[in-house]
Amino acid sequence: MKILVCISKTPDTTAKIAFTDNNTKFAEAGIQFILNPYDEWYALVRAIELKEADPATVLHLINVGGADSDPIIRKALALGGDEAFRVNTNSQDGFYIASQIAEIAKQNNYDLIFTGKETIDYNGSSIGGMVAELLDLPYISLATKFTLDGTTCTVTREIEGGEEVDEVNLPLVVSCQKGMAEQRIPNMRGIMGARTKPLKVSEPVAAETFTSIESFDLPPAKAGVKLIPADQPEELVRLLHEEAKVF
Amino acid sequence: MVLIFLDQSEGKIKKSSFEAASYGAQVAENLGTSAAGIVLGTVNEELADMGKYGLKKVYTVNNEALNNYDDEAYTHVIAEAVKNIDAKVIIFSNNFNGKGIAPRLSVRLKAGLVSGAIALPDLSNGFVVKKNVFSGKAFANVSIKTDIKIISLNANAYKAKEGEGTAEVEALTVEIPQARVKVKEVNKVVGEVPLAEAEIVVSGGRGLKGPENWGIVTDLAKALGAATACSRPVSDSDWRPHHEHVGQTGLAIAPNLYIAIGISGAIQHLAGVNRSKTIVVINKDPEAPFFKAADYGIVGDAFEVVPKITEAVKKLKGI
Repeated sequence: MKILVCISKTPDTTAKIAFTDNNTKFAEAGIQFILNPYDEWYALVRAIELKEADPATVLHLINVGGADSDPIIRKALALGGDEAFRVNTNSQDGFYIASQIAEIAKQNNYDLIFTGKETIDYNGSSIGGMVAELLDLPYISLATKFTLDGTTCTVTREIEGGEEVDEVNLPLVVSCQKGMAEQRIPNMRGIMGARTKPLKVSEPVAAETFTSIESFDLPPAKAGVKLIPADQPEELVRLLHEEAKVF
Repeated sequence: MVLIFLDQSEGKIKKSSFEAASYGAQVAENLGTSAAGIVLGTVNEELADMGKYGLKKVYTVNNEALNNYDDEAYTHVIAEAVKNIDAKVIIFSNNFNGKGIAPRLSVRLKAGLVSGAIALPDLSNGFVVKKNVFSGKAFANVSIKTDIKIISLNANAYKAKEGEGTAEVEALTVEIPQARVKVKEVNKVVGEVPLAEAEIVVSGGRGLKGPENWGIVTDLAKALGAATACSRPVSDSDWRPHHEHVGQTGLAIAPNLYIAIGISGAIQHLAGVNRSKTIVVINKDPEAPFFKAADYGIVGDAFEVVPKITEAVKKLKGI
């Protein structure tokens, strides 16, 4: 079986968000970048588990990004990928990125493509669905559980107001979230081994961009907290009712 | 024409769809066109009433094969409808179903998608939609450059506007493709307020010390008609189910009122809740970072303070 896991580079979850160049660029100075948590904790780890259950499995990684993505790709290889692709572009358009992933996928005929449910920077939740449509594959979004029996997958996903258990045959695309797997830490053997694993860099194929980010804004600062003495909880309820008018 | 996907669950149109309909109607007015809704599957409601939210028309595709969500079938039907009625803007709710359908439809129609929109498109210079980025810590203004445009709207970002009006209901016949995903089981949570849509959320953190103490959270939630939520350590410790986890790696929510009890307010937690209109923090540590992001705060012991708040709410509401 061949699995492709899509991985992104994102700012650390504690990063302070600021912008430069007249609010058109994310201020990267001093920011630590990480593997997007959904890609790492859920998509990649579940794929590694599948490989552990069937050692004949080939596990590829793909990142669409610049050379500054290489450290996070090496980390993913240290966790357990066999080989990685990086398509060398810094595009921020979902369709353009999905087109690059679909191109690599077409060349390699994967049985299974995993993505995280979204990146914690752009929050688009759209790459998985776009890749599925480009490859004419079924798509399971927001999966919380995935099991495989031969070529039949049983997947639990979140839907409006509950969850659904689906059965679908390979090949398919799955976007992964909490529940799929537990976070792992790469061990020394993995880190050493990752240095020599193939990381193939290619230039992007021609594709359209549908959207472009014009500028960023930060939310307005809060006016400051109004503290209510602990022995006057009814005063809080009065303020919520009469001042904030929230109920 | 602006087409709004109206989500239904168990035959009922969802609250988030009233918001999407009102939003879509306003987008249509700003563009000088009209708004229509589309409902897939069997619905037991009077769809003409969607006119109250500004829709001139509601298209229905009343086929049992559409009662269960299937992103391929839904995409196919919506794409056909878009072509039939020449829709130029399509609106989804940015919820679980919207996240499944909108990206597929974007590729199928070669239509640019902005997901997680929080405001009406700015038409002064093209078609620019403000969306959440960095998990609620910032906004991006995204220009859609394609002829057809897709927006998926965040819950509680645009208030549903209920007025007068009746929509014309028209049934469409669309052939449904054979499903590749077989639905084996559907488990809907009944009787609880869905967290993503809730207007009031009461949330508990590690400060509550254990799952056996959650009664004070659920009692207050019940009195307020609120949904319950929790911080990541709480769901990681299995004190509460994973779907209640709000924060950067959990659900991002934007209720009118968020009450945080015993949550210190780590930056990852704030990212998931900082779009709430009013934030109340109850914590015994006056240095808890959450107070900086709060509108109202009580420094005190949650086990003493919260039951008193619940009593005061009940008294006010006469329950």
